[in-house]
Amino acid sequence: MRELKLMKGNEAIAEAAIRAGVDGYFGYPITPQSEVMETLMAEKPWETTGMVVLQAESEIASINMVYGGAGCGKRVMTSSSSPGVSLMQEGLTYLAGAELPCVVVNVVRGGPGLGTIQPAQSDYFQSVKGGGHGDYKLITLAPASVQEMADFVETAFDLAFKYRNPVMILSDGVIGQMMEKVELKEFKPRWTSEYIEENHPWATTGKKKDRGRNIITSVQLESSVQEAFNHKLQNKYQQVEASEVLFEEVLCEDAEYLIIAYGSSARICQKSVELAREKGIKVGMLRPITLYPFPVEQLQKYAKQVKGMLSVEMSAGQMVEDVKLAVNGAVPVEHFGRFGGAVHSPGEVVEALEQKLIGG
Amino acid sequence: MKEEIIIAGFGGQGVLSMGKILAYSGVMQDMEVSWMPAYGPEMRGGTANVTVILSDERISSPILHEYDTAIILNQQSMDKFEKDVKPGGTLIYDGNGITRHPERTDINIFRVDATEEAARMHAVKTFNMIVLGAYLKVKPLVKMENVIAGLKKSLPERHHHLIPMNEKAIDQGAQIIKEVSLVE
Repeated sequence: MRELKLMKGNEAIAEAAIRAGVDGYFGYPITPQSEVMETLMAEKPWETTGMVVLQAESEIASINMVYGGAGCGKRVMTSSSSPGVSLMQEGLTYLAGAELPCVVVNVVRGGPGLGTIQPAQSDYFQSVKGGGHGDYKLITLAPASVQEMADFVETAFDLAFKYRNPVMILSDGVIGQMMEKVELKEFKPRWTSEYIEENHPWATTGKKKDRGRNIITSVQLESSVQEAFNHKLQNKYQQVEASEVLFEEVLCEDAEYLIIAYGSSARICQKSVELAREKGIKVGMLRPITLYPFPVEQLQKYAKQVKGMLSVEMSAGQMVEDVKLAVNGAVPVEHFGRFGGAVHSPGEVVEALEQKLIGG
Repeated sequence: MKEEIIIAGFGGQGVLSMGKILAYSGVMQDMEVSWMPAYGPEMRGGTANVTVILSDERISSPILHEYDTAIILNQQSMDKFEKDVKPGGTLIYDGNGITRHPERTDINIFRVDATEEAARMHAVKTFNMIVLGAYLKVKPLVKMENVIAGLKKSLPERHHHLIPMNEKAIDQGAQIIKEVSLVE
């Protein structure tokens, strides 16, 4: 029988991590995501699956513990919210530079600075454009339900190890704090040392007689070597862009206008689509599930069909830039969204659609 | 069937847990549900509210700007949410501490003096279950057996001995709710 539970998004992340056979979680509490570690501490997975759960002394320590665990080929993760994720940016660029797989969850709150504890989507740039230095990318998944919060933990680890790259789950205070029905997956065992050695031969599992040393580092003082490494990274990102784009389409077939929204904003906009259609406005919604890689081709397809696009995000306008780049002037693209911790209502989105695209 | 509800009052009144029990009752009845708190730096005495949606179909937005039912438990919430009830919708309120009673004529209004009743029953902590009972009398969307199952799921096991008392409070709420005015 299906096991259905009513859970917060944050709790779902924790439960899914234990069930997916994750080896370690290192974190530091911050609203609105503290339930992730609270749930892990209450479940005590170190007594059952052997998963390590550790409250670090800071976010900087957390991400560096992740670096250490990932270097050994372990499936390790952390979670935080905006100000904490800013502190992790140095660690993230080092992880990307050392080609280490890991999962980082950001339950976004309003900024800038210490900001507010209410939900926001203003960390889009930081996540998809590289919040740290250097030419690197984070594969970025944007869950829009508590079920996806649970499901994406495993998806994120699969992608992280497939590409040896950090993966960001970019959530927000709405999805983190709301409760919905969740169907949890079966328990999977943690990877054995033999499995790691066989499938991830780069990991520092201890030098064997028949191979050289494995070295995990992001430093390369010779510029030509560093350039070649950067080319390798860029090739990897091209592969990611070619094969890992995920999106959902809602009533797009006959759409004359297109809303683009992700995460909790996509949930709100789904209602806006229903309300607008009741008024006779033919609008559809494209929900990017991966923010990097971005559904460029899909947007280009709709640029030939619709009269205008509205990017609806809880930010001052970040994803809208990627929408504009994708359609390259083919159709008018506008932005709407409340921000700084305020959340737009379904009705406000319909008004914006009418004012910015239809009336204009 | 879709029911969009806001429950609003003071922190400490059990607003969020009432919403959780209602949502869990919906899960027990195989409905789609969502529970979205207006979370914040809130504490006992501050305002607290939660949006609960029960539906036969997949739920789109967990955040709403109008509601089928508003359950209002203090004056600040009355000022904020009376206007957000859909025409033809329902407003249920506790008269305790209310200085400006609801005035709309295009919605159904009910009153449940749950604070008073909880004090009379010497069980102030069952206040929210009295309100829940009143709500379920007006909108019997979930069966009582599923509410009890929802209570069991929501309460930690060490509190399960309190379930009969909560059940009594739910019954009491159903009995004391009064019709104030109905839409013609």
